[in-house]
Amino acid sequence: MGRYFAIRIGRAALTIVLVVTFAFIVLRLSGDPALMILGPEAPPEVLAAFRKAWGLDDPIWAQYFDYFGAIAKGELGRSMRDGRPAIELVLERIPATLALTLPAFAFKVALGIPAGIYAALHRGSAIDRAVMMTAVAGFTVPSFVLALLLVLVFAVQLGWLPSGGQDSWRHAILPIATLSLGGAAVLARFTRSAMLEVLGQPYIRTASAKGVPWRKVVTSHALPNAAIPTVTILGFMVGTLIAGAVVVESVFAWPGVGRLLVVAVANRDLAVVQCILLLVAMTMVTSNLIVDFLYGFLDPRLRAKGAHA
Amino acid sequence: MVPLVSIAGLSVAFSGVPVLRGVDLALQKGEALGLVGESGSGKSVTWLAALGLLPRHAQVSGSVRLEGREILGAPATALDRVRGGRIAMIFQDPASALNPVLTIRKQLCEALALHRDLQGNAVKAEARRLLDLVGIPDAARRLEAYPHEFSGGQVQRIMIAMALAGNPDLLIADEPTTALDATIQAQILELLSTVRRELGMAMVLISHDLGVVAENCERVAVMYAGRIVEQAPSNQLFADPVHPYAQGLIGALPPLDGPRRRLTAIPGTVPDPAHMPSGCAFAPRCTLAAEPCGLAAPSLAPIADDRSVACIRAEASRRALLGIAAE
Amino acid sequence: MSPPLVEVSAISRSYAMRSGMFGRSAAVHAVDGVSLAIAKGETLGLVGESGSGKSTTGRIVLGLESPDRGEVRFQGKPMAAAETAAWRAQRARMQMIFQDPLGALDRRLPVATQIREPLDIHGLGTSAEREERVRELLRAVELTPAHGGRYPGALSGGQRQRIVLARALATEPDFLVCDEPVSALDVSIQAQVVNLLADLQARLSLTLLFISHDLRVVRQISNVVAVMYLGRIVEIGSADDLFARPAHPYTQALVSASPASGRRSAGRIVLSGDPPNPAARPNGCAFHPRCPRAIARCASEVPTLAAVGGNRQVACHLVTGAATRDAA
Repeated sequence: MGRYFAIRIGRAALTIVLVVTFAFIVLRLSGDPALMILGPEAPPEVLAAFRKAWGLDDPIWAQYFDYFGAIAKGELGRSMRDGRPAIELVLERIPATLALTLPAFAFKVALGIPAGIYAALHRGSAIDRAVMMTAVAGFTVPSFVLALLLVLVFAVQLGWLPSGGQDSWRHAILPIATLSLGGAAVLARFTRSAMLEVLGQPYIRTASAKGVPWRKVVTSHALPNAAIPTVTILGFMVGTLIAGAVVVESVFAWPGVGRLLVVAVANRDLAVVQCILLLVAMTMVTSNLIVDFLYGFLDPRLRAKGAHA
Repeated sequence: MVPLVSIAGLSVAFSGVPVLRGVDLALQKGEALGLVGESGSGKSVTWLAALGLLPRHAQVSGSVRLEGREILGAPATALDRVRGGRIAMIFQDPASALNPVLTIRKQLCEALALHRDLQGNAVKAEARRLLDLVGIPDAARRLEAYPHEFSGGQVQRIMIAMALAGNPDLLIADEPTTALDATIQAQILELLSTVRRELGMAMVLISHDLGVVAENCERVAVMYAGRIVEQAPSNQLFADPVHPYAQGLIGALPPLDGPRRRLTAIPGTVPDPAHMPSGCAFAPRCTLAAEPCGLAAPSLAPIADDRSVACIRAEASRRALLGIAAE
Repeated sequence: MSPPLVEVSAISRSYAMRSGMFGRSAAVHAVDGVSLAIAKGETLGLVGESGSGKSTTGRIVLGLESPDRGEVRFQGKPMAAAETAAWRAQRARMQMIFQDPLGALDRRLPVATQIREPLDIHGLGTSAEREERVRELLRAVELTPAHGGRYPGALSGGQRQRIVLARALATEPDFLVCDEPVSALDVSIQAQVVNLLADLQARLSLTLLFISHDLRVVRQISNVVAVMYLGRIVEIGSADDLFARPAHPYTQALVSASPASGRRSAGRIVLSGDPPNPAARPNGCAFHPRCPRAIARCASEVPTLAAVGGNRQVACHLVTGAATRDAA
């Protein structure tokens, strides 16, 4: 078991290193930050001074090692735009993002999982078809379209809710709704197919043949098995808590991490972009670790593999 | 004497396609009945339908009586008492027949809690006794193990223990050894016949393997395309099959001793349930088929004590067989 | 006596297998020192339970896998190295059919196209000749040209296995490895395919290696039968004689476990213990933990395959020439 997790954690660390490296290379290759921030009209000596100040004239591998050395010391760089520590900029945006993504996550789970289970248990019924149609719509309609649609109906036509900004809790309703609907649809579909798969397994028939009442067959035989694949998608959703709202924050002018990322990328504000990517990679990797741990908890077959190791 | 189970006119259709077309079958207390037939003949569906284990979209009609009481279409609570309590069932695929995330103890004790009036430690003690009974060594420790920690043969033993948990009067064994190796198959069949003898339990052994059925059952029913075509005591069926399909099945089985002969293969294939031929379903593959065979499906009629056959050419078929023997 | 068409000398093959996801890897001896010879036009039956190494043996004989030790000779010549021109030419002379015909066929192509494929690959004949050959092959397996236009999904299991057989015969092979070819088929269909295989063998003087767990089917089609247990041959002899008078305790148990219709066998030998695990092969005779007759020597010393009279060879400390007669 210990070794199972040591290997998982080693892999997680490697993933983070790769993500950061990738981001570093892509951003360095995609344009000169000095030009982006100071503009093409800036005098060459100013540009040179800017590059020197930020270490941009060093060879790229030297920049890379400096960057990693800094991260190892907990130093995540400063924004090239206003000189504040990048981590500070990012951290002050996190509560705003979580104010959207956490309630949205709760709604996704509360709506999606019961809907999926119900649809699977009443396969082919009117409710199943309705759930599936909604799910397909939620699956295929991009979130910015859904966001605009909600704005059009509830803000523009009905005038019930504001269309953007962060002044009151009423401003959060539409962004949260946008995030929840799409996610709940994905979760419902996933839960339904996981449930159907499990309900078709011979051990379900064995339980019925033993005389276990159907309600108990579902709760004590089907659900624990269907939970295994569902945990995967839940883990993925936890991983998107920090930066899963890029589009929605942009549409609703919500000052969260997502919007910060968009602005920072447009400006080639390397330290900020890298700081966000590092954070995203870390939440993703952490949620994956939690999923792996839950697998071990839910599925004795995996536990055994760990134990033999 | 009221039979333990009597099935009459049992029919099953899936979205309008008939897969079981009127099965009549009676089973006495303590009797071992073999049900043979090829895939799609309806041998498993008969018992899944009788126990209400088919998916909801299956259309089931007819009658299934347990000691005279109708159980087909009975309310769920009544059926749950029959299933596992009066009639237990074990299945073919040991790898997936047990719930992979629950310990053996949980799955065994669940059956005990449902059908036996046992409390606390007595439940676990009984679970241990059942594992001992089916030959799982070190039962106390093995109770805490999960299904994947057992071999296929051991899982089938555990399935048998679970089936015995409710002290059933009848065990339906649906191809219990098909997925197992020959030497393990012999172990499981031996175990089944031992527990049956000791507990005085009736058994229905569903198998595609004539040899398995012949060795383990007193009486055999042969199914073809959703109907029973011949019923007879095992030894008589193998020595003197009457229905041309039963003859074909026995002729198709290569002998393990004696001279080698060319196998008498039955030509053609099993009819598609959606396009059943009119009249006798076997007629298109039957060497003895005559014109009347295509008109009406023959019903199962007695030809001797304890023997019945559904064939209007039964006499001709019997003569043909005797002719072959005389040669 | 003419030299055998296929000659397998002391082949061994082991795999590294890990227990669990991160367990230590252990060598699993799938096949361990197997020697066989198959005369032209004859059938060698290979029986055994899962894990006995019979399928691996078949794959090595066909050159789909190479042995760690030992060699396979075809018509007196060693198998050419894989993927060379000589290997391809040799491979056209030997074909394989498997248990699952649906898995062996491409569901998206009409079956005639698939029968034709080996002709295209090996560049045999003109386009018109290939078409004619496909029709001829369909007739050979007792199907009609109309079947050729269908897709695998529209055929029954027995028909699919005939298509696989037709495709295997397209290049006019001398040698066919059949791995459980009828195990997935119903009894009545099984008999059709077994009869067809026997007819084709006689007509085309095919040499067969017939791998199956079904003793009856093996006896029906084989001249010689070899019984495998945990990677080794434990007994080999002529088919009728072997099943009538099995000498090795394992063969005796197998024969006894094969139910005979119409008779109840008194004194059936039921082996105790689980099926053998190739990853944990017992010392000495691999069968000794389950053997009802094992003696102390069996646990320490590996018995070798030795002639015990007639053309029978047995690997058992308890079976000598005299003992065979006792067992009979």
